[in-house]
Amino acid sequence: MISYLPEKIRNHPAAVWLGFAMIAAALIALPFVLSMAGMAWVRIMNLAILFALLSVGLNIVVGFAGLLDLGYIAFYAVGAYVYALLASPHFGLHLPFWVILPIAAMVACLFGVLLGAPTLKLRGDYLAIVTLGFGEIVRIFLNNLSEPINLTNGPKGIATIDSIKFLGMDFGATTRFGDFALDGLIKYYYLLLFILIIAIVINIRMQNSRIGRAWEAIREDEMAARAMGIDTTRIKLLAFAMGASFGGVAGGVFASIQGFISPESFTLTESVMILAMVVLGGMGNIWGVIVGAILLSFVPEFLRYAVAPAQQAIFGRQIIEAEVLRMLLFGLAMVVMMLYRPAGLLPSAVRQREFGRDEK
Amino acid sequence: MTGTTILLSVQGVTKRFGGLTALSDVSFEIRKGEIIGLIGPNGAGKTTMFNVLTGLYPHDEGEIFFNNVALGTNTPDQIAAKGIARTFQNIRLFQNLSAIENVMIGRHVRTHAGVFGAIFRTRSQREEERAIEKRAHELLKFVEIDDRANDLAKHLSYGDQRRLEIARALATDPQLLALDEPAAGMNATEKVALRQLIDAVRATGVTVLLIEHDVKLVMGLCERIVVLDYGKKIAEGLPVAVQRDPAVIEAYLGADIEAAA
Repeated sequence: MISYLPEKIRNHPAAVWLGFAMIAAALIALPFVLSMAGMAWVRIMNLAILFALLSVGLNIVVGFAGLLDLGYIAFYAVGAYVYALLASPHFGLHLPFWVILPIAAMVACLFGVLLGAPTLKLRGDYLAIVTLGFGEIVRIFLNNLSEPINLTNGPKGIATIDSIKFLGMDFGATTRFGDFALDGLIKYYYLLLFILIIAIVINIRMQNSRIGRAWEAIREDEMAARAMGIDTTRIKLLAFAMGASFGGVAGGVFASIQGFISPESFTLTESVMILAMVVLGGMGNIWGVIVGAILLSFVPEFLRYAVAPAQQAIFGRQIIEAEVLRMLLFGLAMVVMMLYRPAGLLPSAVRQREFGRDEK
Repeated sequence: MTGTTILLSVQGVTKRFGGLTALSDVSFEIRKGEIIGLIGPNGAGKTTMFNVLTGLYPHDEGEIFFNNVALGTNTPDQIAAKGIARTFQNIRLFQNLSAIENVMIGRHVRTHAGVFGAIFRTRSQREEERAIEKRAHELLKFVEIDDRANDLAKHLSYGDQRRLEIARALATDPQLLALDEPAAGMNATEKVALRQLIDAVRATGVTVLLIEHDVKLVMGLCERIVVLDYGKKIAEGLPVAVQRDPAVIEAYLGADIEAAA
């Protein structure tokens, strides 16, 4: 992005710090700018960060280890339900979020292992089918675990989930500091941003480690990886478990923001959407994946707001419904992407080589 | 130069694929520090022997002992951890990774850093990373492709890819290095260089098991040779003796009657 700057300036420590400071300032100011256009945009931004978090998690499984997972939303669901059950009147429990989020991560991690264990020998299409089934099984369980013991409240879902409370601030309500009002959604924005930054750091550090290399080896050639002494069973389970725990944390925050969850929020479409974000952004590249998540969260919403008024203005009536056009453009964008940038918007170095036309 | 300690002992190993007996009651031994050749016509079971040895296929009968310990039903990664490394007949590098990354992956089995170390960049993790990279560079230098360290494996020349595969295998600190047709597809100059490399590997104390079609290379390089035909061991001994063995000549050239037909 800043590659047009001379190298001398670009690599100077002061320039790097200045760049950091500018990005940080922009990120801090962003929700206030968005809120000028309406609180709804802050909400959309929050959902975009949630999806970015999910994409970063799925990126470990799909991008690093090369294991196609079509049931990733299940871990999101698990995290959301863990939060809902531990912080709502449903069981009368109201644990603080810093207790629940680690639990959500751990339970999701357990489910990751649960999914990983029976699928270790599968690859490609077969793995995709099993993970898809797993996602559906979790959703159907959530739908039906209202009898004989009412665990999940079935399709009615769980309502009045506690919002996060931290440092005496309720994230579900506006906090006032004198004349300055801090909306709940903006507080969630900062919390989500904080979690996302931690997730990114973990992701980058994992990628450049012994385990990250083992994931790459498995993706490249599993048999050779085993012959080199990599315990593929453990390393693959680790990918599933780590990816799942990111999903669990995201789910927990989602439940607290929404205040209400039901199995409907965790359908196959959502799994596919997250996978599309990872693929569109550039499998294996954390920044690409985040760009993919933000784009795919924002563009549809933007169209939703822009399409109907635009048609009114041009044709005097609405010819194509926003929802239909949205999906149409979405599909078109995906096809164009796959034709012209098959490795994603910001492909990882490795993927770029893989799809590159520089074959010898 | 050749020690007398037995490093690997294959005892009566049989491997069946359905009705086909790919290996039938094969026994031989490898002594510490020697270069031993495994030859035989196409389909004789050489690669099957390799795959059984490295845990890719479980064997049906018999047992293999490495350092007097039965390998039994060990998986390939466990066998690599025990000290047997291999290359593949059709090169299986991590094609889209750089040469240095390929070798660094080979260090996996001798290093320990886990998730915690990676996330918190602990001091031991950073030291280990540095050691991995240093060793990988040494190995690339050893196989004389250190100038290509940052090139992708798939962009290396065929001969260099073979060398990189050897470097990757050596990165696992093996006691026994099993090379599956390392000279296949190489030109004469590359073969001479390969021979020197294998000699250099042996000089570092690694025992070498070599499958090879190029009889000249095997005869010149190996101290002892095991000959397989139709899954059976038909000869074993010094290169000179094996070369004159009527059973070997028959296996390679066909019996008189068949040759006439």
